[in-house]
Amino acid sequence: MIIALIAGLVFGLGLILSGMTDPENIHNFLDISGNWDPALMFVMVGAISLSAFAFFWAKSRSQTILGEPLVLPVNTIIDRHLILGATLFGIGWGLAGFCPGPAVASIISQPHKAGLFLISMIVGMLVFHRFKK
Amino acid sequence: MIWDTTAIWQALAGGLLIGFAASVLLIFNGKIAGISGIVGQALNRSLHGQGWRYAFLIGLIISPLIYGFFKAVPQISITTSDTIIIIAGLLVGIGTRMGNGCTSGHGVCGIARLSLRSIVATVTFMVAGAVTVYILRHMI
Repeated sequence: MIIALIAGLVFGLGLILSGMTDPENIHNFLDISGNWDPALMFVMVGAISLSAFAFFWAKSRSQTILGEPLVLPVNTIIDRHLILGATLFGIGWGLAGFCPGPAVASIISQPHKAGLFLISMIVGMLVFHRFKK
Repeated sequence: MIWDTTAIWQALAGGLLIGFAASVLLIFNGKIAGISGIVGQALNRSLHGQGWRYAFLIGLIISPLIYGFFKAVPQISITTSDTIIIIAGLLVGIGTRMGNGCTSGHGVCGIARLSLRSIVATVTFMVAGAVTVYILRHMI
């Protein structure tokens, strides 16, 4: 529990330091045809290169070092849901300049905009689950 | 093109922190640090073993307060209208559940474990985001 709290905290510190919590940065990163700012590409470079070791380690194990079950996603199907879902997410990300992590990490500093975004996001999630049933 | 060296180093350092957090959550808790999944599952009251999700989200929420001890939290002004924010939030909510992930789950964790599904999702949402910004900035 305390480890999950620390992980969430460090994750948030990384989001703030990297510039991911500023929608202006997201827009400049996605504006490839304009005055493109590639800086946020390096967030992925940093995050992926480090966690790749952890996932490589996890591949051959079924338990964590605390003896908890280690469950990796098994879904490998690339279907309409994946493509349509990722497209809708990308449109929303481009519109607001927020993705879920930075929005959660901005709720204290930007209560109005981040709060409104998160409430709408949660409504979207609940609506999707209602229709899935 | 903008090439801001300070911003790039901070992005890389921030990315390493994110990667470290994702690694810790995997190695100790056996969980994937995908934020949309964590939020989505945290809403499901019939699921057991939710504690780590709430703990992770609390850590994420309080991160600006802790950040403030080390460094000034960047001043951000958001000019996007409330209507656009609401539409965007709905799209992100529906899209991330339908596609099972967002920038963290697919873009970081999925690519780190070389999942083709996540690579396809990441390319798709980046293209969709870029097209959206192109329309917003250069066509309207």
